[in-house]
Amino acid sequence: MKVSMNWLNDYVNIKEENYEIVADKMLLAGNEYAEIKKSPSSSNLVIGLVTKKEKHPNSDKLSVCYVDLGEGVIEQIVCGALNVAENKKVIVAKIGALLPNNLKIEEITIRGVKSKGMICALEELGIEAKYIKEENKGGIHILDDDAPIGENAIEYLHFNDTIIDFELTANRSDLLSMIGMAYEIGALLKKEVSLPINKIKEEESIDDYVLIDGKTDKAPVYLSRLVKDVVIQESPNFIKARLIAAGIRPINNVIDISNYVMLEYGQPLHFFDYDKLGSKVIIRMAKKDEKIITLDNQERLLDEKDIVIASETEAVALAGIMGGLKTEVTSLTTNILIESAVFDSVSIRNTSKKQLKSEASIRFEKGIDANATKEALDRAAYLLQKYASGRVLKGIAGYNNINLKDKVIGTCLAKIKKILGVDISLSKVKEVLDRLQFKYDIKDDSLIVYVPSRRLDINIEEDIIEEIGRIYGYKHIIGILPQVTMKTGKYNPKYKIIKKIKTRLEALGLNEVRTYSLNNDSNDKWIDEKVNQIYIQSPMSEDRKILRHNLVSSLLEVSKYNTHRNNKDINIFEVGSVYYQAENKYIEETKLSLLMTGNYITNSWQKNIFKVDFYILKGVIENLLNYLGFNGCYEFKEIVHIKELHPYKSAEIWLNGNNIGYMGAIHKTISKLPLYVLELSIDQLLSSNINKIKYKPVSIYPSINKDLSFIVAKNISIDQIIKVIKKSGSELLIDVDVFDVYEGDNIEEAKKSVAFNLTFADSKKTLTDKIVNDLLSQIINTIKEELKGELRSK
Amino acid sequence: METSEKIRIIKEQFEQDIIKINDLKELNDIRVKYLGKKSLINEMSKLLGSFNEEERKKVGESLNFLRNNINEKLESKKKELEEQEINEKLILEKIDISLPSTKMVVGNLHPMTKIINEIEELFVSLGYDVVEGPEIETAAYSFDFLNIPSNHPARDSQDTFYITEDILLRVQTSSAQVRTMLSKEEKEPIRIISPGKVYRRDDDDATHSHQFAQIEGLVVDKNISLAHLKGTLELFAKKIFGSDREIRFRPSYFPFTEPSLEVDVNCFNCDGKGCYICKQTGWIEILGAGMVHPNVLTKCGYNPKEWTGFAFGMGVERITMLKYGINDVRDLYTNDIRFLKQFNHVEGGE
Repeated sequence: MKVSMNWLNDYVNIKEENYEIVADKMLLAGNEYAEIKKSPSSSNLVIGLVTKKEKHPNSDKLSVCYVDLGEGVIEQIVCGALNVAENKKVIVAKIGALLPNNLKIEEITIRGVKSKGMICALEELGIEAKYIKEENKGGIHILDDDAPIGENAIEYLHFNDTIIDFELTANRSDLLSMIGMAYEIGALLKKEVSLPINKIKEEESIDDYVLIDGKTDKAPVYLSRLVKDVVIQESPNFIKARLIAAGIRPINNVIDISNYVMLEYGQPLHFFDYDKLGSKVIIRMAKKDEKIITLDNQERLLDEKDIVIASETEAVALAGIMGGLKTEVTSLTTNILIESAVFDSVSIRNTSKKQLKSEASIRFEKGIDANATKEALDRAAYLLQKYASGRVLKGIAGYNNINLKDKVIGTCLAKIKKILGVDISLSKVKEVLDRLQFKYDIKDDSLIVYVPSRRLDINIEEDIIEEIGRIYGYKHIIGILPQVTMKTGKYNPKYKIIKKIKTRLEALGLNEVRTYSLNNDSNDKWIDEKVNQIYIQSPMSEDRKILRHNLVSSLLEVSKYNTHRNNKDINIFEVGSVYYQAENKYIEETKLSLLMTGNYITNSWQKNIFKVDFYILKGVIENLLNYLGFNGCYEFKEIVHIKELHPYKSAEIWLNGNNIGYMGAIHKTISKLPLYVLELSIDQLLSSNINKIKYKPVSIYPSINKDLSFIVAKNISIDQIIKVIKKSGSELLIDVDVFDVYEGDNIEEAKKSVAFNLTFADSKKTLTDKIVNDLLSQIINTIKEELKGELRSK
Repeated sequence: METSEKIRIIKEQFEQDIIKINDLKELNDIRVKYLGKKSLINEMSKLLGSFNEEERKKVGESLNFLRNNINEKLESKKKELEEQEINEKLILEKIDISLPSTKMVVGNLHPMTKIINEIEELFVSLGYDVVEGPEIETAAYSFDFLNIPSNHPARDSQDTFYITEDILLRVQTSSAQVRTMLSKEEKEPIRIISPGKVYRRDDDDATHSHQFAQIEGLVVDKNISLAHLKGTLELFAKKIFGSDREIRFRPSYFPFTEPSLEVDVNCFNCDGKGCYICKQTGWIEILGAGMVHPNVLTKCGYNPKEWTGFAFGMGVERITMLKYGINDVRDLYTNDIRFLKQFNHVEGGE
């Protein structure tokens, strides 16, 4: 709501105030502002009379004007506008004027002719083009013939104003009016509010002309007045300036008055051309597929949920939103029927959503003060009488089915103190209510507050307390911590484990990413097509159509983004929900996903590079699983069914007999880069038993290391060999490490050589060579028997 | 020749010899030459028996002295040569310490996670539980229980991602507050914060994101007031934005709180003097808050005559962007590695 301070001053005396302080007081009372706009500096902008106009000797487009600036001063000014003419009053920027576009007026010579000033268009005074009449666009502004020569042009046009653009909260419908604003600012500045007085001279009775027939309860108030013989012309300058300040384009005196009163009272009005409308006015719901052409020349298809104003034969206005073209007020109109009504806010909202939003619909949607309906009607009639020479007929036609009384709300000082947490006195509370112009009764510390009908936002005790708090000032609240029972704060166990997973992965060199849950259809098809995906109703775009059911596809997008920016080493993870439907339920499952590519450790000049491969990813996940207490509980199985993964470089991750996820290289058909990914279910992980740490005394006897190399068939996995070694090595074999795997020269085809380093230790005594050698032969024999492996000769 | 004269000559000879020694091998050679079986000293010792007792004693002492002297010098020369040898090796091992280091593997948490952790740490230390709720929510928990009536514009499909008519992606984490209040069989005091993802139908641009993270706080007890809210949020502002921060309340409107407020912190960049970050106002809006609306308490089974509470909710992206000076919210979701790697160290012990 753009508020003109000049206009506001009609209702509350703020002439002497510093408007920036006013704006800040409003801010701290809950009414933010976007901008404080001041009028252009008005010095050296005066009204002049063009006494003579000659063609510029050296230009076809320019003219040389002699302009009377009063007190006998006539200046020679070169002007390029086509509409400059002799005997017209114009706005002249004299030498020294500084225009809003920072143009400083100086004496200059234009193509050999001296020019001492500039004849201005309204745009040059900072008025936006949208407020300027078509015929004046591109030319200078021509003032009325009675404009006083030599006077300050800005003041004459009422542009000497400050406009504050307030951004209101959704509940403060009362502030969509100048009078509502006056009450609010009055309360903050401790000033009285004075309302307009409308002295109407009434003639003949309206009853002979108008019959109002309300046929729907969606229009509980419908009042009208008839004003005859109006003269349509331009509005007075003050009305035009105030409408422009509020962001509305002036049109003519009649239409301007309708907007002016709406802005003043917050009550939208509609003016019908009475002669086109006829005497019968029906308020009803539209019929199915009924049509109306509105003022913007659009044909609109209606249904039973739209309220319309109708003549005997057809709908003539879309109630509360926009009038109809057929009953439009035009320059030929003489008799006007003013409508001032209350329409149901939900109906208006529905219709407005389907059709269009207007200044009127915004106000009806939020709700208006039914007590202002008659005042606004009288105000409009009075202004038509005053500024359009209209004759107001006696009486009001219509009905009012709202019996509006002040809302009565009880509270007490103790409750006010309890909620606000400040030690406010009863006299302060009374002062605030007085400033708000709320009536009240007091008995001891209890209050009964009578809330004025304009304040639709105040309905319960807490609303009153908020009013007291915000006018008194929240700055008086001194912060303290709640006096509550001591207790420890907790994370739920899953949340805490996730935190640990994240810090471990961070320590292992992975970067956490955050990606969007909404994904596009084709990305999400990835990995598991069998799942029952969740789609968004009417999605905003193809890319945000579906709730993702895996994280890997999001990480692949991140990797793609980074690769395109030449970031080569990408080691990332994300923990987040994936979504699907199962048994008619919406499931959110927490998953962990990793993506690794490029180098893991780099030292280029030493040629020490750990390139990410399957085993680095495996190392990361093993490290994590061990850290989480799953040492010895998991295994990796060759994968068979995930077509997006490299068929021979991928694995399923099994934990205590459950498949909790997968890992591996992305299939070459999907990515040419070697990308390694992993995804596992944290929910499934957490359903497994977690090992407790069991301390074992460290052996004080030295351990013995032995190396063994075997030649085995290629298709025997290392895991198989290790299992056999461990089984046959007894409990004295405490560690088995692979230190070489070799295929090729000197090794039979279809075979490979694998070298192990074995560690033996006994916690009770020093091991002898004999014991170890016996164990080694036992291992060698078992490998021979079970895996047909041969000891590799040195 | 006098024996003593012989000894003097041997000594002189030795001293000339040892100066010329260059390595351990030569050193060994002169050791043999002077102390070996065939050395002059040894020869002379063999002759000692032929002297009378007095002579024998005198010559014996001189020889011993000479032998010890030679030994000492040989030892010290040996040490010198060994040191020299090591030093020569060390010189060969000289490295250029300015060459680049081996980069240790290190990752980073997402900056939003860092902020969430910091905030959680504060509130958990104040006895708040961390509570999560589902992202796929019912309209009831998202709106009805939060005093947002069925015709309210916030429920519009323009603003909310609906999955069915009654199921949607939550628009605020307040739904977790509702679930918590409803879950208490015996109504008891509540102190929770609830972090999580929320969704609104905004087009993504520098300041809007269709997905963002929120942290909500809720305290319900017998005597909770706005002063308690202010005290709590003052702690929060100091923890996140620095110990000399102040906050201010501005009245606002939310359907689920009454009174409702916006909370500003005085600008950490200019200390409230006015700069580009605070748009010359000295204050930066950081979150919305208020006293839990009595209708919400009632619907969740808490009698508002007996219980009061405060709630607050903040956008994690906004706090993160303010704290680190990030201008585009999309940077938090594109995950450029060069972006992520900047949030890589602690900032003191606070």
